[in-house]
Amino acid sequence: MEMLLHALLLVPAAAGALAFVWRRPGAARFLLPAGAAAHAALTAAAWLVRPASAHPNWLALDDTGLLFLSIASALFLAAAAYAPGYLRGRDRDARTMSEPLFAGCALLFLASMTLVTLSRHFGLLWVAVEATTLASAPLIYYHRDARSLEATWKYLILCSVGIALALLGTFSLSVAGEGAGLACLSVDELVRRAAGLNPTWLQAAALLLLVGYGTKMGLAPMHTWLPDAHSEAPSMVSALLSGALLNCAFLGLLRVRQVVVAAGLQAFDAGAFLVLGVLSVGLAWVFILRQADFKRLLAYSSVEHMGLLAIGIGLGGGGPYATLFHALNHSLVKAALFLLAGNLLTAYGSKAVEDVRGALRVAPRTARFWLVGLFAITGFPPFGVFVGKFLLLRAAVQAGRIGLAGLLAVLLAMIFIAMSARMLPMVFGPAPGNRSPVRERWGAVLPSLVLLLISLALGLWLPAPLADVLARAARTLGGAP
Amino acid sequence: MTNTLLILILLTNLRLLISSRIHACVRWVAAQGILLGLLAVVGRQADITLLGILFALFTAAIKGWVFPWLIFRAIRESEIRREMEPYVGYNLSLAIGLAALGVSFWLGRRLPLPGLPGPLFVPVAFFSMFAGLFLIVSRKQAVTQALGYLVMENGIYLFGVVAVRDEPLLVELGVLLDLLVAVFVMGITMFHIQRDVESLDANQLTQLRD
Repeated sequence: MEMLLHALLLVPAAAGALAFVWRRPGAARFLLPAGAAAHAALTAAAWLVRPASAHPNWLALDDTGLLFLSIASALFLAAAAYAPGYLRGRDRDARTMSEPLFAGCALLFLASMTLVTLSRHFGLLWVAVEATTLASAPLIYYHRDARSLEATWKYLILCSVGIALALLGTFSLSVAGEGAGLACLSVDELVRRAAGLNPTWLQAAALLLLVGYGTKMGLAPMHTWLPDAHSEAPSMVSALLSGALLNCAFLGLLRVRQVVVAAGLQAFDAGAFLVLGVLSVGLAWVFILRQADFKRLLAYSSVEHMGLLAIGIGLGGGGPYATLFHALNHSLVKAALFLLAGNLLTAYGSKAVEDVRGALRVAPRTARFWLVGLFAITGFPPFGVFVGKFLLLRAAVQAGRIGLAGLLAVLLAMIFIAMSARMLPMVFGPAPGNRSPVRERWGAVLPSLVLLLISLALGLWLPAPLADVLARAARTLGGAP
Repeated sequence: MTNTLLILILLTNLRLLISSRIHACVRWVAAQGILLGLLAVVGRQADITLLGILFALFTAAIKGWVFPWLIFRAIRESEIRREMEPYVGYNLSLAIGLAALGVSFWLGRRLPLPGLPGPLFVPVAFFSMFAGLFLIVSRKQAVTQALGYLVMENGIYLFGVVAVRDEPLLVELGVLLDLLVAVFVMGITMFHIQRDVESLDANQLTQLRD
């Protein structure tokens, strides 16, 4: 089964490389969905038979990795199904990225995210996270105009500083291990010999990696690049950035956390997780309140949800389980919303909330799902996000942090009100200038519908294999079932 | 020898903080890159291998020659203004730099490394990181942000050379950060190609805001 691990990496990488060189017209439109479908099939196979690894200290698929791999794979499939119609529908000029280049970068982006989920070694993990940055930056610069260049520059400079700090953290981790005489930065090795690690250097490593990977995850106050990059990128890229890439950075934090927990130092960085988390949720609320751009609105909502994930980790107890479940649901719903935002952008030619009115008349299917997505993301039952937030609040109460639970409940309610106030008027009312209805192809709405349905299903019923994976993954993070 | 090199690196950092000309800054960063390559040979003492020497030479060549050349070319082609244009004045920059130096020495004492070849290594490494970060946030132009990133990266490399002795290959991962610098230099050229953005101020990157 070693083959499966390699195939997961090689299929998207080879398809991406092929997209660069195979210049036949239409080749890119075939390679992108084909690569995505093949990757999704391989991921599904990994659920049936967990692949063993010949080099478990470097590459292997554990429960946490499988969860995040599945998120990335499913979202990429949805984005690849959505992309051809979007690319055809947008007004293209000579400056936008060529299709082969787009497909190539997107597939390499998938390969790099896969490497993040499969890495069992902190050095390799770091290389993989840097690779995601390099592969995704050209996708953000898709429109080749001043705004997208600005967004790409900010993304690169801030995430590069983050990545540099993460390397420093990785070095510190290696110093922490030296006392135990291990020349290996493998996650398993570090967990096994956690008791012998130098605590001072392990703490330094944990903090540096929290800031480093936290920057890429979009935790406040290092989030400033995120709204720019996620709003300037084309919508299917935004969906992947918000739904899949932020999670990959978060996975980096979870790996460190695993070592910290094994060393019995979880109390040390729990506070840092909680502070960054609450700050992210609070800041997101402030910026959602008066947000004039609906893609930035969704981006700030991602900052909020990343904050919730960090809080869950900091809480311990039932927190890690809630976090992992929430990460899954947030990704599904947020990707669906970004794809729908792309439809609205195509229909109205504007990202301004003010310009989009009466969407029910102009783009009825998109508008209905937009409404469903709003309720799903703000945590209405019976969607999965509701269950995740509920579990999170319960974990806070059980950890004896009543004040935190109360603060979170208030903030989440305020965010619901703020998001509704921005998003509801877009749907109802008369269309501006009696805009006539646009033709909505199923390709543009079906991916979102499927993603929303999965999140709905997860809110009602948790399949046993998924529940097992979540529970086992949560246990490695110091969570109690 | 090691200490002399470390003090020279420390001085290049201070010089960068008060320098007002971009060309001079590029040259100081180049000099720092070469010093770093030398240090990677001298500092690792007995257990230096042929591969290690090759890596060190490679590092010196990239940081001391390739990047300065690329940046000079980008400056020429993009007709960038020759001043540093700081948000923070030079005197204040120097004061902040000296404070950061103090913090670096304090951190060096707080985080003891077993079997360190010299007491100056860790403070100088941290000081380079602080100086680089400070240049990134306190100077307006995109070029200077790239230079600041190089300085910060040098600090991390320096730390890696002394701290990570089990896995020399891990230290060489730092080369991948150079890949990002190369992308930055590409970005600088792109700012020029971009017709809508006439100047290379990172300061003018203010269209996207809330």
